[in-house]
Amino acid sequence: MSPPLHIPASKLCESCRATRALISRPKTNQKLCKTCFLSTFEAEVHATIVSTTLFTRGSRVAIGASGGKDSTVLASVLKTLNERYDYGVEFVLLSIDEGIKGYRDDSLETVKRNAVQYGMELVIVSYEELYGWSMDSVVESIGKKGNCTYCGVFRRQALDRGAERLGINHVVTGHNADDIAETVLMNLLRGDLPRLHRCTSIITSSTSSPIARSKPLKYAYEKEIVLYALHKKLDYFSTECIYSPEAFRGSARTLIKALEKVRPSAILDIVRSGEAFSRMIPSQAQASSAKLSQESGMSNCTRCGYLTSQELCKACTLLDCLNKNRPKMAVEVEAGIEDEEASSSLRRGMEAMKLAEEGIVN
Amino acid sequence: MNEQQGPSANGVRSNPISLNIEFSGGLEILFSNQRDHRIQLPAKDSSGEPANIMFLVHYLCENLMKDRRKDLFLLHGGIRPGILVLINDADWELEGEEEYLVQDGDIILFVSTLHGG
Ligand SMILES: [Zn+2]
Ligand SMILES: [Zn+2]
Repeated sequence: MSPPLHIPASKLCESCRATRALISRPKTNQKLCKTCFLSTFEAEVHATIVSTTLFTRGSRVAIGASGGKDSTVLASVLKTLNERYDYGVEFVLLSIDEGIKGYRDDSLETVKRNAVQYGMELVIVSYEELYGWSMDSVVESIGKKGNCTYCGVFRRQALDRGAERLGINHVVTGHNADDIAETVLMNLLRGDLPRLHRCTSIITSSTSSPIARSKPLKYAYEKEIVLYALHKKLDYFSTECIYSPEAFRGSARTLIKALEKVRPSAILDIVRSGEAFSRMIPSQAQASSAKLSQESGMSNCTRCGYLTSQELCKACTLLDCLNKNRPKMAVEVEAGIEDEEASSSLRRGMEAMKLAEEGIVN
Repeated sequence: MNEQQGPSANGVRSNPISLNIEFSGGLEILFSNQRDHRIQLPAKDSSGEPANIMFLVHYLCENLMKDRRKDLFLLHGGIRPGILVLINDADWELEGEEEYLVQDGDIILFVSTLHGG
């Protein structure tokens, strides 16, 4: 095909040479038109899925759907690929309602629309029904600091329990290359080898869960995910969680974005480095040492039945803390003690419990 | 400021440039929660150079942005890394980034990649 006269050759798509290039790929610097970009993006996700034999024909797989860009793009791409390459997989949208007014309400509406748009079943599991606590009530009780710990532990179990309810043993999430690069950096800076190992694998089956997790977008740049959503006019929701994000992750994120600006391949390079380091980690160090001694001792939580190495699972331990704190808080509030102080003393108590011992990989 | 203006520029006042500015991906929060804005940008910056993207973003920061957290849009004198800029649907990297000279009727989209997954 000869290029149209009105577009200078330097502005043409480097793949089809027929239309104007609109996208500059951070991975390769290749300049592509909209059609070539969308199909290249899809082909790369397909390649990741095929090379890791991620799906089995006839299986049901849950997509952890938040209504945000990553999980929306994941659902859209998986629908496209499932039809195009006949994976024979049944995808179901699984959403968690954390109970955060003005944030979750709106994003759940987005997920409901997505379910219709993609013709997928939608299941919503709420913290309220699972734990008796919404995130709004947790924050009311402990304050804004440290609430992400609760949310992380609760979310992990909630996705598992939602999947279990559906008789599904595989949950895919929208984690992208930027997320993984960020987590690799954080784990390097903390010297956390077990988590470094886990965050780089495409599929993780943890000892504390019978449900496998996987990340089909692990090599997809956040930039390309946003561009995919824009050029495909996908319906997604974009407001940050109103409760503060972890400061450490925020700094890692800023660093990653600054590196990408100077050297776009940096993100994929960090992911690859993480994978290479991960292969060098001796197998004993891949699980945390605390867990190792009890590896054989995995049992069911005495309260809720969730698999755990302790007597109580992490969610039940946190709930104990919250429930004990409830009447005490009421007294303190009456006595006029400021919220912030009460929450910081609780936080210190929580830190002493060494919550971080077990992986809270989000 | 510049007394040595050439005869062509002398006395000629260029009309402002009409632009369609869009914010997405959470950035709209910084701009009165409004996605689409139509603005009239001065055709030249204070030193008489034709308006480019760099001039535009500083103009937006000073005149359109009500939010005080300026560093969520501009950082170290440039667009905050992690914000994508699309000029008439094209990645600004294909158009010369900050140096691109804005044209009447351009649609310029700023989209944050940083918010929620
Ligand atoms: Zn093309
Ligand atoms: Zn339990």
